[in-house]
Amino acid sequence: MKLRWGFIDVLVILYALIPVLWIVSLSFKDPSTITDGSLLPTKWTLSNYAGIFRNDDFLRGLVNSIGIGLISTFVAMVFGTMAAYAIARLAFPGKRLLIGFSLLIAMFPQISLVTPLFQIERSLGLFDTWPGLILPYITFALPLTIYTLSAFFKEIPAELERAAKMDGATPFQAFWKVIVPLAVPGMVTTAILAFIFCWNDFLFAISLTSTSAARTAPATISFFTGSSQFEDPTGSIAAAAVVITIPIVIFVLFFQRRIVAGLTAGAVKG
Amino acid sequence: MAEIVLDGVSKRYPDGTTAVHDINLTIADREFVILVGPSGCGKSTTLNMIAGLEEISSGELRIDGERVNERAPRDRDIAMVFQSYALYPHMTVRENMAFPLTLAKLPKPEVAAKVGHAAQLLDLTALLDRKPANLSGGQRQRVAMGRAIVRDPKAFLMDEPLSNLDAKLRVQMRTSIARLQKRLGTTTVYVTHDQTEAMTLGDRIVIMYSGVVQQVGPPEELYDRPANLFVAGFIGSPSMNLLPAQVRDDGLHTIIGVIPHRSRGLPPEVVAGIRPEAFQDTRIRGGASFTDTVDILESMGAEKIAYFTFETGETGESGGTAFGDGAQVVARLDPKSRAREGEPATLWYDPAAVHIFDPDSGVNLTA
Repeated sequence: MKLRWGFIDVLVILYALIPVLWIVSLSFKDPSTITDGSLLPTKWTLSNYAGIFRNDDFLRGLVNSIGIGLISTFVAMVFGTMAAYAIARLAFPGKRLLIGFSLLIAMFPQISLVTPLFQIERSLGLFDTWPGLILPYITFALPLTIYTLSAFFKEIPAELERAAKMDGATPFQAFWKVIVPLAVPGMVTTAILAFIFCWNDFLFAISLTSTSAARTAPATISFFTGSSQFEDPTGSIAAAAVVITIPIVIFVLFFQRRIVAGLTAGAVKG
Repeated sequence: MAEIVLDGVSKRYPDGTTAVHDINLTIADREFVILVGPSGCGKSTTLNMIAGLEEISSGELRIDGERVNERAPRDRDIAMVFQSYALYPHMTVRENMAFPLTLAKLPKPEVAAKVGHAAQLLDLTALLDRKPANLSGGQRQRVAMGRAIVRDPKAFLMDEPLSNLDAKLRVQMRTSIARLQKRLGTTTVYVTHDQTEAMTLGDRIVIMYSGVVQQVGPPEELYDRPANLFVAGFIGSPSMNLLPAQVRDDGLHTIIGVIPHRSRGLPPEVVAGIRPEAFQDTRIRGGASFTDTVDILESMGAEKIAYFTFETGETGESGGTAFGDGAQVVARLDPKSRAREGEPATLWYDPAAVHIFDPDSGVNLTA
């Protein structure tokens, strides 16, 4: 039984990781051996990496990606935290409507918004700017943050807030000094999810930008060209694809220590 | 230190249910008052209204003569101990206890001194740097108490603070709380569903049932002169025997025989209440008696509890089930009693110790 599960685990991991290995392998291959079909590069080279880092557009794209991703995540977290807390704790008129609307936004096919957004942003002067991407990212990251965070807030015993109130805390102090520290693991998880969402987006990035002023890394990669018109930029694309996964990996590794379960242990009985 | 006055305080929810109905209660300075009743009787709601965690629908709450209905909990200067303790899990014991003081922006040395003093009082000094997760139930309970006493509030509110402890620790903490309250002299309102806790702790007990105060008084008074059937059945353990009775000229006809009693002024049907400890198996001069087979005898060491089952007539040609078709009578006997399980015993009681209740209104006609 254990063996069978182990086998299935290995199978799933291989299935998930082989394409990644393939991309990594491609990124180290010399252009002349790109099509040789072997998993291990026969002729190793770092020229693909050197090439993309000499490409100003790609570097600019990385900066755009990081900047736009962090700002969108931050804003979505600030509003998402407050909204999720309200949903988890308070009974207010229109609560169901709010939950329904955020679910609606999460379900909405983004492709259908591209054309209207393009027109709106052009007439507002937001087209090809950072805010032009940050705004739609916040819009689509918010339902995600509200949903995951309210689940986390519901886990925190309401009696802790009542205790804080009795101890003389204002509602904001109770939230900031008691609830938020306990919700940190949930907030980190949510922030990572929101950041990955912004980081991965291609649709808005390609349709709401026209220059490297705001074009993010995934969109920039699609504009790569080979060194001559007869050469495919496969190696550079592979190298860029590897590079843009690195910030996510760092982000997750950096915060994973904070994503520990059982932080609320000892609050109430048991 | 403060006097708390509830003047016609009620709590109604938007869906129309009334949780607490028109409470009038004056809690004197330094007094230890217990709110007791079965679950859902409105005792916790009442406490939360005093705390400010729930809004008061009507009536007025005054602390030290000032109306505080509209004040937030932090402006009422009262501390609360919760049933679940509600310790902040991300803070150490020291930080937990210092939390109310740091919120009040006291200077650091003063905070340290107060926390140190409270920790000493509660024997928590060795635990100050631990997190709540690494404390036992009793220790958590003491930290919760410490957080309440550290800022020297006008009053303590305690919401079933002992119900999560095991039986032995509960008795121990009960006496500690009583001693602490006497020592600090802080007005205390204590909610419990446990009548033993209520009887042993309080200066005065408030018995509530379905949102209405049934009786207010010192423990002895509630025990000796219960105002109605509910109080009679709630206070005392084992609880009072309540026997339906027909009033005739020669006395009250019940399943344990005729209880000699004047019948003048009584309705034709009443409920006779006899405390288990009113029975004894030695003869009382001028007393009444009944004889029946002892069904179950529980020997508790310091006392023996005898159960008698009487067929009520309507049920059981088969002789009843283990759950007792028919009325049960409980007697609390001396440990030296010669009563044996399965053998008949004769028990005596003083008819003057019998309480008589109106079966419809439940009012005690003898009190």
